[in-house]
Formats: sequence, structure tokens, C-alpha cells
Amino acid sequence: MLVRTYQYMLRLTSWSPVLRLMRYSFLTLGRAALRGHRDWQPAWRDAEPRPSYDIVVVGGGGHGLATAYYLAKKHGLRNVAVLEKGWIGSGNAGRNTTIIRSNYLLPGNEPFYEWSMKLWEGLEQELNYNAMVSQRGVLNVFHSDAQRDAFARRGNAMRLAGADAELIDTDAVRRILPFADFDNARFPIKGGLLQRRGGTARHDAVVWGYARGASDLGVDIVQNCEVTGFLREGDRVIAVETTRGTIHAGKVGLAVAGSSSRVAKLLGLRLPIESHLIQAFVSEAVKPLIPCVVTFGAGHFYISQSDKGGLVFGGDIDGYNSYAQRGNLPVVEDVCEGGMALMPIIGRVRILRNWAGLLDMSMDGSPIIDRTPLDGLYLNSGWCYGGFKATPASGWCFAHLLARDEHHEVASDYRLDRFETGHLIDEKGQGAQPNLH
Amino acid sequence: MRIRCPYCGERDLSEYIYHGDMAARPDPAAPDAQRRFYEAVYLRDNPAGPHEELWYHANGCRGWLRVRRDTRTHEILDTAFAGS
Ligand SMILES: Cc1cc2nc3c(=O)[nH]c(=O)nc-3n(C[C@H](O)[C@H](O)[C@H](O)COP(=O)(O)OP(=O)(O)OC[C@H]3O[C@@H](n4cnc5c(N)ncnc54)[C@H](O)[C@@H]3O)c2cc1C
Ligand SMILES: [Zn+2]
Repeated sequence: MLVRTYQYMLRLTSWSPVLRLMRYSFLTLGRAALRGHRDWQPAWRDAEPRPSYDIVVVGGGGHGLATAYYLAKKHGLRNVAVLEKGWIGSGNAGRNTTIIRSNYLLPGNEPFYEWSMKLWEGLEQELNYNAMVSQRGVLNVFHSDAQRDAFARRGNAMRLAGADAELIDTDAVRRILPFADFDNARFPIKGGLLQRRGGTARHDAVVWGYARGASDLGVDIVQNCEVTGFLREGDRVIAVETTRGTIHAGKVGLAVAGSSSRVAKLLGLRLPIESHLIQAFVSEAVKPLIPCVVTFGAGHFYISQSDKGGLVFGGDIDGYNSYAQRGNLPVVEDVCEGGMALMPIIGRVRILRNWAGLLDMSMDGSPIIDRTPLDGLYLNSGWCYGGFKATPASGWCFAHLLARDEHHEVASDYRLDRFETGHLIDEKGQGAQPNLH
Repeated sequence: MRIRCPYCGERDLSEYIYHGDMAARPDPAAPDAQRRFYEAVYLRDNPAGPHEELWYHANGCRGWLRVRRDTRTHEILDTAFAGS
């Protein structure tokens, strides 16, 4: 997938730098088809860095690009650059398993994720880009009475925040997943919590859609531009040093996900973040089998089926600090065992590919969208293994903070100092141990 | 990944439990103990490179190990009992 993305990017970057955005519609599609698809324009400008911007966003993943888009679109700030060390979408944005949902429990989280879900629902119209948002539903199955109670509580919390949630019984789960192992001796299926509005979206398309939207509004998207240092005036950050020269900035927003600690270290900052890895798997294509996103409640396993037919699945993080972007066998085994316990029907499907990404695990499992101790420097981090679904709201709220210097109301608990003040947002109540979140 | 336990020899990752950064427990009697505990519990160097960390040999000798491991490659650079 990455190699293909890269080739595609190379193709895009060989076009002329001056572009006029082509709106996509049935008409343009039809016209392009009649002309043999020769006239497609690149979707966004691969910009050269300029010496200075009002706002520099570091990191061209989904969050950085969405931030730049909303800065331009909602706040009218167009003198903005996104600096990406590789190619856009080469990090977790292009590696995740594409699940979107808003099924959190805590008041610090749920309104934020529900806002993200609402933005997903209008994203394609907003961006005029097919992000393949598919609200096929997210079903969390449970296996005991105690777990039913916990899921009922979570469902109620979701509904209080305006999200949808249904607690369904075994028969209803059976109608959705007739092939699941309902009478498993250890983990019988007792029902599920269903969020019908949840589902999946095409991760690369989200990256390209935001890039296209931002670029069209004047944002410079600069690739192969790694931030290697910062220039300061006292306690104020005034510029970034990059592999493509020094770039001055009124404000700098960091959205580098798993690389947060490395970048913060350039300024002598230590963050409440550990970098971990999570693996994902995709199988050969099979006929339509799994109608929604399904998660196992008794172990770490979740699965959905892509439109091409591949089963996309994963499980727990490997559990040790890592920047390697590849995992080890014990978790592969664990994921496959979870899958077999839930739906033995997939046992003979062959795995085609397996990969891993570099996660920014925060110490309470929840994100950070905040100022930092340095003036002019803002932080967006701590997305753990669940930041893809957050992409629209993260961009929305980070742009709000950067533009207005105040927290957006749905992200107002995502403070960097909450670890010091004790206002943790620990969904699982696991304490300061990232590999348990 | 295989980790060499000083007692049991080189054993598979699945025998071990990870307990994170080898940060030392601060002195609870220090005047700024609160700040030091906050830093020890929540802040991390999180290096890309050699990392000093604690592993528990749960399915082996049940010893606590101090492991030096490169987080970029998973190469185990050194192991010893945590107390030593
Ligand atoms: C295998 C896997 C499965 C996942 N599944 C899901 C899921 O199903 N649902 C969900 O909601 N979330 C999921 N996630 C999490 C989600 O992908 C991430 O939380 C989210 O993508 C992080 O935000 P981002 O897109 O901005 O990060 P990234 O795409 O990682 O963006 C960060 C960017 O910063 C760049 N960068 C780093 N250092 C520098 C520097 N010094 N200078 C310039 N640029 C730099 C990187 O190259 C990178 O492109 C998954 C993650 C993985 C790895
Ligand atoms: Zn041992």
C-alpha cells in the first residue's frame, strides 16, 4: 500500500506547480473517461518552502493536514505550511485500520469523538472528495453479565453526548454475524453494543482530500522537509530548522504523532508519551462476509472487511517502546487466537500483508491538544492507536487553538498539564502504563 | 525478539512482561517530592535508540531484569538482574 502511495505521489509531484482545482462530479468524471483519463490534474500543489509563515504545522499526517485545512477554511489563515519529513500520509495516517466510531465513556472524550463523527458525516461534501466514509456500524460483542453492564453504561454515556448506541441481545448479534462462535465454552456471546453510525473510511483518501482542500485555499504542503531543530528568542519559538532550510513562523503546531518525543526533545521538553507499535493485518480478498466492524470482548481482536474483500484486522499493541514500525510474533499469535475464538470461519483465510505503525501512547490513553511551556509552540499528540477517527475533530480543535489561542469546548480537557494536576482522562482506569491502555 | 535472562539464558519474548522505562523511584522525603514523582510517573525520555527498561521474567525464573534495548531495531544490547 505504501509503495503504491509513493508511486502515486511521485506521479503527482511531476506536474506543474501552478494548479487550478478541478471540482469532482459525475460530469468531470464522465468527461475524463471520454478523454481516456488523460487530463486529470494533480489534486494538490507540492510546494517549495517559503522563508516564513504565520503558522507552521509540523507533520503531514491526517491531523496536520486537517489542522491546516480548518485554519484556512474556518479561520481565514492562509499563510500556513504543513511540513512533512517524508511524503504525506506515510505515517500512521496511511497505516491504520480505518475504523471510525464515537463510543467512549468519559465526558472528556465522548463529546470530542462525537464531534469528529459528525464531521465525518459531512466530510466528503465539505472536501468534494470521496473519502469512502462507510457507516456500516461498529459492533462490540460482550461475553458476560458484568461486561454487559459495563457496555450498557458506556452506551448510556454515548447517548447522553448525542451519539447513537444500541445494546443488542444474542439473537440480534446472530442476525449480523451468523457465523460467530456463540457457544464458545470460554467466551459465549451474550450480546453487543452497536453504534450504527460508526464504520470505516479510506485512510489515504482522507489525507489526500484534506491536502487538496488545504492546498486549494493557499496552504503550502511541503514534503521531504524534516524539522531538525527550532530557533528561539527567550521562551518563544520563532522558527523551525528543516532539511530544506530555516522557516520562520508566528506559531508552530506539532502534529507528529509517534515522533512527538523526538521532536520535543529538540527543545529539551519531555512529554507524557511513550512510542509503541501496533500491528495490522490484511487477508486475501473473499466474498462479502463481515458486514460491519466487529470487536471481540474477551481479548484483543477487531475486524472489518474492505471494499476489495480483504479482511482487515488487528489487536493489541506489542507493549514495549519501539520506533521500529514492525512487530513481533507473540502478538501475531494473540491476534489470530482472538479471531479464531470469535469467528472460526476465518481460520483458513490467508494473510497477505502485515505491518506496523509508530504510536504516540499517552500516559492516560487520551490525547493532548494544548499549548506548551514555550510561547508560540502548540502540541497535538497522544493519539494512541485510535487517532484516525479523531482526524477531523483533531484538526478542527487544533486549528481553533492555533488561531484563537483558546481551547475548543469539545477538546478543553486535553491539557498537557493534566498529568500534573491529576485531571487524567483514563478510559480504562489502568494508570500510567501505556501498554495497558 | 528474544531476551537473554542472566539466569535462564536466551528466551522468547512471550515469557516476559514489560514494565517500561527504568526510571528510579524518587525520594519521598525530598522537599520537591511531588514534582519528582510527577516526573517519574508521567514524563518519559522515550528515546529512539538505546533504552534502559525493566522486564519481568514471568514465565521463567520470575526475576526482574534491567534490559538495554535499541528501540529502533529491537536489538538487545545488554541484560542484567535489576537489583545488581
Ligand atoms: C496499525 C495501525 C492501526 C490503527 N488503526 C486505527 C483505527 O482503526 N482507527 C483509528 O481511529 N485509529 C487507528 N490508528 C491510529 C491512527 O492511525 C493514528 O492515531 C493517527 O493516524 C495519528 O495522527 P496522524 O494521522 O496525524 O499521524 P501520522 O500519519 O503518523 O502523521 C505524523 C507525521 O509526522 C511526520 N513527522 C515526524 N517527525 C517529523 C519531523 N521531525 N519533521 C516533519 N515531519 C515529521 C511523519 O512522517 C508523519 O507523516 C491505527 C494506527 C496504526 C499504526
Ligand atoms: Zn529468567
